[in-house]
Amino acid sequence: MLDSKIPKGSLNSKWEDYKGHCKLVNPANKRSLEIIVVGTGLAGASAAASLGELGYKVKAFCFQDSPRRAHSIAAQGGINAAKNYQNDGDSVFRLFYDTVKGGDYRAREANVHRLAEVSGNIIDQCVAQGVPFAREYGGLLSNRSFGGTQVQRTFYAAGQTGQQLLLGAYSALERQVALGNVKMYNRHEMLDIVKIDGKARGIIARNLINGELERHFGHAVLICSGGYGNVFFLSTNAMGSNVTAAWKATKNGAYFANPCFTQIHPTCIPVSGDHQSKLTLMSESLRNDGRIWVPKKQNDTRKASDIPEEERDYYLERRYPAFGNLVPRDVASRAAKERCDAGYGVGTSKQAVYLDFAAAIERYGNIEVGKRQMSNVSKEEIIKLGKEVVAEKYGNLFDMYAKITGENPYETPMRIYPAVHYTMGGLWVDYELGTTVPGLYSLGEANFSDHGANRLGASALMQGLADGYFVIPYTVGNYLADEIRTKAIPTDHPAFVAAEQKVRDTINKFFAIKGTKSVDFYHKKLGKIMWDKCGMARNEKGLKEAIEEIKALRAEFWSNVRVPGEANEFNPELEKAGRVADFLELGELMCLDALNRRESCGGHFREESQTEDGEAKRDDENFSYVAAWEYKGEGQYELHKEPLVFEECKPTQRSYK
Amino acid sequence: MEHYNMNLTLKVWRQKNKNDQGRFETLQAKNISSEMSFLEMFDVVNEELINEGKDPIAFDHDCREGICGMCSMHINGRAHGPWDGTTTCQLHMRAFKDGDTITVEPWRAGAFPVVKDLTVDRSAFDRIIEAGGYISVNTGNAQDANCIPVDKTKADLAFAAAACIGCGACVAACKNSSAMLFVSAKVSQLALLPQGHPEKHSRALNMVAQMDKEGFGSCTNTGACEAECPKEISLTNIARLNREFIGAGFSSEK
Repeated sequence: MLDSKIPKGSLNSKWEDYKGHCKLVNPANKRSLEIIVVGTGLAGASAAASLGELGYKVKAFCFQDSPRRAHSIAAQGGINAAKNYQNDGDSVFRLFYDTVKGGDYRAREANVHRLAEVSGNIIDQCVAQGVPFAREYGGLLSNRSFGGTQVQRTFYAAGQTGQQLLLGAYSALERQVALGNVKMYNRHEMLDIVKIDGKARGIIARNLINGELERHFGHAVLICSGGYGNVFFLSTNAMGSNVTAAWKATKNGAYFANPCFTQIHPTCIPVSGDHQSKLTLMSESLRNDGRIWVPKKQNDTRKASDIPEEERDYYLERRYPAFGNLVPRDVASRAAKERCDAGYGVGTSKQAVYLDFAAAIERYGNIEVGKRQMSNVSKEEIIKLGKEVVAEKYGNLFDMYAKITGENPYETPMRIYPAVHYTMGGLWVDYELGTTVPGLYSLGEANFSDHGANRLGASALMQGLADGYFVIPYTVGNYLADEIRTKAIPTDHPAFVAAEQKVRDTINKFFAIKGTKSVDFYHKKLGKIMWDKCGMARNEKGLKEAIEEIKALRAEFWSNVRVPGEANEFNPELEKAGRVADFLELGELMCLDALNRRESCGGHFREESQTEDGEAKRDDENFSYVAAWEYKGEGQYELHKEPLVFEECKPTQRSYK
Repeated sequence: MEHYNMNLTLKVWRQKNKNDQGRFETLQAKNISSEMSFLEMFDVVNEELINEGKDPIAFDHDCREGICGMCSMHINGRAHGPWDGTTTCQLHMRAFKDGDTITVEPWRAGAFPVVKDLTVDRSAFDRIIEAGGYISVNTGNAQDANCIPVDKTKADLAFAAAACIGCGACVAACKNSSAMLFVSAKVSQLALLPQGHPEKHSRALNMVAQMDKEGFGSCTNTGACEAECPKEISLTNIARLNREFIGAGFSSEK
């Protein structure tokens, strides 16, 4: 039976009560307790820094050449917090409510409420660290709005918010490294968990420079390794983003929750050809000012500028007048797919819609004319002023679009299409962020806890930092308080020896295959199966086919992949092989989960379950639960259900109309 | 935009590990689309090398959207290639034409030893940050974020300096392999903000000392760093670092 360990009491008092009653570890004991942190993005870096500050002995691992490279850095738009600096009616309750509703009532209320409670502290902490958030002329912080909400609660640093927050957490981490509280292992990849007497007690990591396998002991292990969107091959994730750490945890007994909940982001640059290696996101913040449209006529081949206003279909504004272009991501993505599938797509591939700034440029131009008290201003002058304002707000994003596509977005509307962006599913964790393996924790995107079936924009950064700065320092202490008598276990313990041997055997197996196809060849094939059959729309037939196709592909991979080079050297192909092998298992589980969940909710759209006008239709009677899957051997999983109870947010049909 | 395909000759630096002497290898890249990114062109070349049973070219990359700072190729003598303000991953093949020969080297600097082929070790940058590239504030210490208003002009300048992605192009571009632009960007960001003031003297002194210890060269104000920086970090940050450093030297009590 899954125990989510939600504290008793009313929703607003749970976290205060927990903090008031959890066990503490005295400073002298902290010095002899070791914590391993796998991954150093927002969640991992903030956790490692905070735990180092508390005096624990921390070892942190990342596969990149520096913790500053983690993919949190690519987050563009912003971070939410219930500060209500804008006096527009925001509150902890509203942020909590928006997040649960945005997640289509598939998140755990208690966790989400805690997230909203600590959101303000995150902004305070980041500002104190020197994170240069955008400010108004009076010197105070600026906010903007994001999808799925009606208040302005998003803090931002141009289109580089993730970068600035990560560099803040990275600085805090490096400060602890300098103080000797954290030991940093760059270019190391965790390849297995070591369990002793049922508890997580360490990891096996490969030094990516020389290929050596290393054993590391820890009284607790924190998996902060991000999401698994790269199972689709093409996604907005970094090339190295992978599920390996979380998957090894799964194979060691940690349940994997809601794997089919993946977020397809509506505003990405469309695929341009077979060579494509990744997709690039254009921040959701662009939807604040940009208007999304397609031609009213099918297969219209005219240039955007030749299509007159009355022949354009602003379909989001038409279908969802209340939220317009700011509907949540899942809704916007499906609406784009619907238009393209119906033959209204634009561009050479016809798999794209327009994101148009012409109206915003003119509007801002007129505002500037007013501000500067100018008269007799020509249209050209207004447009020029408007472009300057748009450049200040979104310049870096427009530049990026121009570099990738060779088109000027100030002159012609951008072409966008949905792409895999974020994974709400992940390791199942209880209120304390503990997995089903004692001593094994999971933070940030790697866990499943806060976003339900759909994440709202600017909430990923919030969750990563909430988990790392403000949750784990309390909850891991509650566990470690009972471990103060556990001496560091020497790494010649048989459990370490066996785990290392298992890793070595897998590596040797890769080299022994000597097949004919590269790792990428199989990764692309897997990605295509996942995108076609477990992507924006899913149905029973497709999912069943996908499961069989993935099984066959996995067998072929293990008999015909070619991994060049050697084990004891810097070998990126070997790294990729290990990650794709894990994706080939996870992909099957995602399809199983999607098949099991015969309802539509958030990013999970089952074609069999929709309303008359094509909106997602939830089935609360039968599926108001977290699906937590237990690994029982290759391709074998047992489903455990954690019922979701809603005390404050009564589930309703989500409407943004 | 017109698309076209091209055939290219690549002269790529191959080096098995840091002890190997290394050499240029000439390779052909065929049927490269002008829509590919520079790294996607390398993906195509590597796929062929693997299919031929050869060792693919090792290169650093991760986000492929110009922000993580991991990619690091010296292309035709320029850090990150011919486009201004652009990382290697955002450089697209329409910058080249059919029949071109492209020379690709790793970052060249004593403080960035080669790991393999085009991959170098930039851990010296982490150690410079460890020396003082932070504000000493533990989690939980912070007061309300709006307690200290920050002059918007200074906040914007701090942000512009904070845009540094730590890729190392400034070092690779510098004839002295100086890391002054990198160091000055961090020192500036924190010195411009009131939160960074209490430690501004020790920060400037300690970070510069660590930079010297790592073996980076001196700055002779040539400006190659600024010209090649993919994030267009301004040379004025170096001037600000010099002021901070000299000011610290006069007023430090250590």
